[in-house]
Amino acid sequence: MQKVSAEQKIKTRKEKLKKTRFRIKLPWPLSIYQTYVGKKWVMALTGIGLLGFVLVHMIGNFHLYEGPTQTHEYAELLRDLGGHLVPRTLILWLLRIGLIAAFALHIHSAYSLSKRNVITNSQYRGGRKYVVANYASRTMRWTGPIIGLYLIYHLADLTWGHFNPDYVRGDPYHNVVASLSSIPVAALYIFANIALALHIFHGTWSIFQSLGINSPRFNPYRQALAGIFALVIFAGNISFPIFVQSGVIDDRGDSIFETQPPGNSES
Amino acid sequence: MEEKINVTLKVWRQTSPNEPGFFEIIEANDISTDASFLEMLDVVNERLLDIDREPIAFESDCREGICGTCGLMINGQAHGPEKATATCQLHMRTFKNGDNIIIEPWRADAFPIIKDLVVDRSPFDEIIESGGYISVNSGAAAEANQIPVPKEVADTAFDAAACIGCGACVAACPNSAAQLFTAAKIQHLNLLPQGQAERYNRAESMIEKMEEFFGTCTNHGECESACPKEISIDFIAWTNRDFIKSKLRNPKKANYK
Ligand code: HEM
Ligand code: SF4
Ligand code: FES
Repeated sequence: MQKVSAEQKIKTRKEKLKKTRFRIKLPWPLSIYQTYVGKKWVMALTGIGLLGFVLVHMIGNFHLYEGPTQTHEYAELLRDLGGHLVPRTLILWLLRIGLIAAFALHIHSAYSLSKRNVITNSQYRGGRKYVVANYASRTMRWTGPIIGLYLIYHLADLTWGHFNPDYVRGDPYHNVVASLSSIPVAALYIFANIALALHIFHGTWSIFQSLGINSPRFNPYRQALAGIFALVIFAGNISFPIFVQSGVIDDRGDSIFETQPPGNSES
Repeated sequence: MEEKINVTLKVWRQTSPNEPGFFEIIEANDISTDASFLEMLDVVNERLLDIDREPIAFESDCREGICGTCGLMINGQAHGPEKATATCQLHMRTFKNGDNIIIEPWRADAFPIIKDLVVDRSPFDEIIESGGYISVNSGAAAEANQIPVPKEVADTAFDAAACIGCGACVAACPNSAAQLFTAAKIQHLNLLPQGQAERYNRAESMIEKMEEFFGTCTNHGECESACPKEISIDFIAWTNRDFIKSKLRNPKKANYK
């Protein structure tokens, strides 16, 4: 009797697991996204897009080292992408929409893959020893949401000007200085970039596996590439809070739109 | 040199899939360091029987690392601390006198515990059934060397074919993903000329069967380090590519059974 009920139990458990997978079948090619390997593929593709964005965003921000006017001109240049052939900011908006879509897909696939893994996994009561899984790979589910929250704060701070009474629309140099000269804000940016660097470190290597980019000739360099990429992004991005704090990037509270003649010390 | 050591076992005991289960502390004294891990358990079981106690249920068959039945989680590592070793080939000389050894069954939702350390790995069978075959013409056996296979390809396919289906990859994976097993079973056929006819269907149907039961791969690499046959996660990458290729080129066939 015992044996029968045991088998039954195992069977119902298997059935339950199977059921967690089935839902309404979407038409091709959306059905690819209904498989987990397909989701992971989408996650890797959007990951590449996000990595590209993070890199370009950082390089663009290096204009801060040229000065307020050049930073403003760079921001204008982004709005003028496409020259006079297209309406102003159209290209920028297309890029933004692509970026928002990439984030949405990346987060949705991350959410559903993580949800699946919480269902399928069972904990070892006596603990488990990790042999090769590193800190970065084990914290993807934390660093991801941290980046997401930071991103919202970052947009509210420097794009919408919600947190900054000193915010001047169209003068990014001034706004960066106004925000990052506060120690807690600078610390927050550095913390978020630690999370980003960890995420990028595992993510960059992970892309190769997920997309099946695998050749014995280049395999040994994948981990190094991920490390260097994460380090470059990390160093570049934290240079901004650090150099604002140390006074290298500083406009003494003046916006390029309201520059006071030297000597006039009020306000 | 044979030595005798005393170890303390903390063993998972569970009478049936329905029971909650608990850890039992068992002193294993006078264990020869030449004994394999399973022989140590045999000795412990003899002693338990002598005092009319229920022996520890565990699985084993070949005891030479080829059948894949003997998997145990030993001190938080699948098949114990030794690299490229199945539990049956792990020896007690790996441990020191006075060591505590925690022994647990594989834990994954798809591998329900049958009793003590024995789990049901039948989802693996279902994965193989769904595509682990090739089609050959019947009739007289073909000349063995009729189909040329480059040496590197044959070697790589053989590396994948070394998988013994033990389930350590699932056990070691924090997501209980079966990617390494499934990839090995797919690639040892997909790499060879004989496997080309079903190559893409195989990748699709076996992956989709796998996804009914198991978690998803996050590329930690724990499976590779736990695998007694040192199957490489490169096979997972190739399988991902075959799967996506198949999905992209088969719009009509895009439904799972
Ligand atoms: C600029 C920001 C981001 C970049 C550059 C980025 C990049 C990546 C990359 C490259 C991967 C690896 C994909 C793969 O394994 O093939 C990845 C994985 C992941 N991302 Fe992101 N990501 C970003 C933001 C986020 C956000 C906002 C979240 C969550 C709210 C998130 C959650 C995850 C998770 C959970 C994984 C691992 C999931 C798994 O392996 O199954 N990421 N990310
Ligand atoms: S891939 Fe390795 S660990 Fe996984 S079932 Fe096969 S032999 Fe065992
Ligand atoms: S008993 Fe056969 S592999 Fe260990």
